[in-house]
Amino acid sequence: MYAFSYHNPKTVRQAATLLSKNAEGKVLAGGQTLLPTMKQRLASPSALIDLGHAEGLSGIEQKGRNIVIGAMTRHVDVATSAIVKNAIPGLAALAEGIGDAAVRNRGTIGGSIANNDPAADYPSAALALGATIVTNKRKIAADDFFQGMFATALEEGEIIVKVSFPIPSKAAYEKFPNPASRYALVGVFVAKKGSDVRVAVTGAGSNGVFRSKECEAALAGRFNAKSLEGVKVSASGLNADMHATSEYRAHLIPVMAKRAVTKALGK
Amino acid sequence: MASVTMTVNGKQVTANVDPRTLLAQFLRDNLHLTGTHVGCDTSQCGACVVHVDGRAIKSCTTLALSCDGASVTTIEGIGTPDNLHPMQAAFRENHGLQCGFCTPGMIMSAIDIVNRKGHALDEHTIREELEGNICRCTGYHNIVKAVAQGAAAMK
Ligand SMILES: Cc1cc2nc3c(=O)[nH]c(=O)nc-3n(C[C@H](O)[C@H](O)[C@H](O)COP(=O)(O)OP(=O)(O)OC[C@H]3O[C@@H](n4cnc5c(N)ncnc54)[C@H](O)[C@@H]3O)c2cc1C
Ligand code: FES
Ligand code: FES
Repeated sequence: MYAFSYHNPKTVRQAATLLSKNAEGKVLAGGQTLLPTMKQRLASPSALIDLGHAEGLSGIEQKGRNIVIGAMTRHVDVATSAIVKNAIPGLAALAEGIGDAAVRNRGTIGGSIANNDPAADYPSAALALGATIVTNKRKIAADDFFQGMFATALEEGEIIVKVSFPIPSKAAYEKFPNPASRYALVGVFVAKKGSDVRVAVTGAGSNGVFRSKECEAALAGRFNAKSLEGVKVSASGLNADMHATSEYRAHLIPVMAKRAVTKALGK
Repeated sequence: MASVTMTVNGKQVTANVDPRTLLAQFLRDNLHLTGTHVGCDTSQCGACVVHVDGRAIKSCTTLALSCDGASVTTIEGIGTPDNLHPMQAAFRENHGLQCGFCTPGMIMSAIDIVNRKGHALDEHTIREELEGNICRCTGYHNIVKAVAQGAAAMK
């Protein structure tokens, strides 16, 4: 690791001030992505502003028809939350499938969404559920938030404070994990709210999380696994690496979507 | 340098550290608690698992400074050679280790599983939950047996 100065603000406001004073600084959440990257010297922030002791950033509550999750809420707390399990069981199950137990005990939803790893799980839930990302400055719709590989709408000095998920009528997530890393080779989150069906795909797109128009069109008529039979997804713009070709990933999208729909219907 | 204070295995410690100091380094180099191992630099092997405020975390992927005010338990804090923790005893009885390098992390993770999932653990649960702990010697079978027996013995 390269040297950095360490700051331990007690409030989000203090954190924002520290961030504006340290142009090359970064906030530290669970550190489960940032610290390994720094250890490999792929990132070298001049300052780390640790959100671990800042007030009011963690917790889960239901507000009207939304589930609101604080940015510093750990994956394990989303996975085991009675509120989340009751309102959006697919979101709790997604959190339970991230990495391993020790990573879940430390990693946070804010860190995962801010990082926007093209194979991360949470971005697919945020996009499919039509979440709102609330920062210290504004509210950003998930549709506008994710802007490509590791790229988001966050500006310099902007800190995610919480994420608000509208409660769907039905939703579920299915991932085909990379057997070594457990990140998604392909992960599909389906959500139905009224007549609106959204299907978000992670792990497959070379530009990060995206909505599958093909699967959404097929499910618009009837929300069941049968509707997805014969659906073809184009391989263009999909990732290809030693783990899977873009054609294989394209094939997996409707397969995982089918499983997710079946799960969402509780079958 | 920055000052950090935490409770490790019930004792309060204060030290001045370089902000880069990982909790694993702090435990091993500052406190000479060398039971916590470092087996990788990709946060995947779990040899470094300790408990921070009651939760199993990877001490190689946590800054010592982030643990200011926290209570940390390492493998040295759970039992003594004459009075092993039930999970340690179960690993010994079931031949759950060979070289022993992964064992401290396995045991700290195993106790965390019991804390979260209770004392009756089936094989599938144990294997899923040990996702983040890698052993290059045993082939895992005896580790799984040890965790099941240790979990029951912790009642
Ligand atoms: C072994 C291993 C396996 C993993 N497997 C998976 C997996 O299967 N699926 C998956 O999705 N993830 C996986 N992860 C990543 C894990 O989920 C991380 O916890 C997550 O990606 C980042 O969250 P964090 O809290 O650790 O953030 P950090 O590492 O602390 O930060 C990540 C980035 O986000 C920024 N940031 C953090 N919080 C905020 C905020 N509130 N506002 C603005 N910016 C912020 C930081 O500055 C940094 O750039 C894995 C990690 C490991 C080590
Ligand atoms: S040393 Fe911490 S996970 Fe390998
Ligand atoms: S006993 Fe040697 S690594 Fe597990």
